[in-house]
Amino acid sequence: MTMTITRERVEDFLYAEAALLDEWRLDEWLALFDQERGGYYMPTTDHPDGDHNTDLFLIADDMPKLRSRVEQLLSGLTWAENPRSRTRHMVSNVRILDRDGDVVSVTANFVVYRMRFQNIDPYIGTYRYKLIPRENRMFTILERRVILDLEALRPHGKVSFIV
Amino acid sequence: MPEGSNTADLILDDREDGIFRVHRSAFVDREIFEQERARIFDRSWLFAGHVSEFPKPGDFVTRTIAGRPVILSHGEDGKIRVLMNTCRHRGNLVCRDHKGSSDFFRCFYHGWIYGTRGELKSVPGEEAYSEAFDRDALGLEPAPRMHNHRGCIFVSFDPEIESFASYMGDALAVFDNTLDLGDMEFVHGQFKYSMRANWKLLVENSMDGYHAVYTHERFFSHWLQSEGLTRQPATAPPNAGASNAPRGTVPLGNGHVTTNYPSPDGRPAVNRGYLEKHAGEDLLKFRAGLVDRYGPEKARKVEGGAGNYLIFPNLMVIDGWWVFRTFYPSSPDYMEITGWACLPKNDPPALRKARLEWYLAFQGPGGFATPDDVEGLEGCQMGFATHKEVEWSDISRGMKGITAGGPSELQMRVFWREWHARMTTGKHAEYTGD
Repeated sequence: MTMTITRERVEDFLYAEAALLDEWRLDEWLALFDQERGGYYMPTTDHPDGDHNTDLFLIADDMPKLRSRVEQLLSGLTWAENPRSRTRHMVSNVRILDRDGDVVSVTANFVVYRMRFQNIDPYIGTYRYKLIPRENRMFTILERRVILDLEALRPHGKVSFIV
Repeated sequence: MPEGSNTADLILDDREDGIFRVHRSAFVDREIFEQERARIFDRSWLFAGHVSEFPKPGDFVTRTIAGRPVILSHGEDGKIRVLMNTCRHRGNLVCRDHKGSSDFFRCFYHGWIYGTRGELKSVPGEEAYSEAFDRDALGLEPAPRMHNHRGCIFVSFDPEIESFASYMGDALAVFDNTLDLGDMEFVHGQFKYSMRANWKLLVENSMDGYHAVYTHERFFSHWLQSEGLTRQPATAPPNAGASNAPRGTVPLGNGHVTTNYPSPDGRPAVNRGYLEKHAGEDLLKFRAGLVDRYGPEKARKVEGGAGNYLIFPNLMVIDGWWVFRTFYPSSPDYMEITGWACLPKNDPPALRKARLEWYLAFQGPGGFATPDDVEGLEGCQMGFATHKEVEWSDISRGMKGITAGGPSELQMRVFWREWHARMTTGKHAEYTGD
């Protein structure tokens, strides 16, 4: 099955994903991942090309960890997100980089604003996705890599929500 | 600070009745902050980095230490130097990369070039200077004092400071216990983050056993449980089985203090369950290696670690997660934090990966615990806006040798006693225990 994947279709998916995050529908967001092989990664700000097997990462969630992360966020015990932040995900510059069998590699730019206790902290960077097309113009997320352009998480201090 | 008074009145330390209080102006007052810079950060041995960050001649790392931009330079002569990152001509930074490798540092402003030893190699149009212009005296200024302890680089901006060994006192043995885990390196990647909070709150928090099951309930009741590693229900007396109260916390002199040394028998390293589950075979081999090297007793101490400990004023080592952490205030209500993972260089891949997973699960701005610490300390700082009405924080827990009811706050009192002595007398506290 090799149907053509258009940028528009990828954009629709990323916008829908962003809406799930901003609306804190994290269970639905979690369901977008390949439940066996999926992963969510965020390298450190000083070492964006790192390998989570050998280097320090901010986030390196396989599915058990990611499921736990979402459970924790929804449990009310994540004080850093209870009361939860207001966030707004802005996604742009979406590009399909290549396609290897079933897997489509996508990159997009983002600015995510977090509003909390009178502070507005912008998280700026690039998403790198590995997506598997499925029916209804949707995709399954095999890998979601968030590469921050920030030189440091200052003054942001934390990445307690899903960027 | 208390009306018409000075830093002497910022601490209420009543050993007889068992009451210890800190005046909250210590967290918000700008004058106190300026005094801390002059009396503490300008007068201490400060952790600057690890040689593994710039391992080869020509390698360098730049960072800011106590407000000063510095270059950690691995000279072409093989020597490690800490150089002030400012051109001797008119001030520009001579190195503007976070890290790299180079034969020289060139100030782009007027093209002055320095070697990796800091020497001034060339000045464009040098003929324009008189004979009194001494190029040899205009190398990059080294930090007044530098000490390399087993690859750990410390600096002091006080030329008259006591020797590193004397400053460290009993903390040196504890620090060595951490470094004895193997041929240690700082892995690639740093946690560079911040808190909108006073730096002393992070000193307290980084070795606070009392907050763990409350602030970090999600880590214990959700994540550890999802891993099948639950230690105890959160409703049990706080940290009842892992208390630092009975014998763990040891003042080490000069404000240094550890929460768990020597690691008591029967209290395995906090990471052991996770490592056993995910890299069990490697861990057995690793442990056997420690026993071969040190004998069973010392091997147990090294693997068990020293809990969370402070090298005064701002190096926190958290042995259970192999964390090195420093933090510097840039104002009373804001600090910049750097965190590293210090791991054995020769770990087999599965053990390295398991250690990193354990580290990430708790530590750092994206972990399952640190964000809640950030939240808590920022909340304290917001609360301190009431410091004129609510003047004192209480840090009396576990005084009078009381060990019931879980963790003591002795380790924080040790810090505050040294802090207070430095701020008032400029000298070390004579005695920091209860």
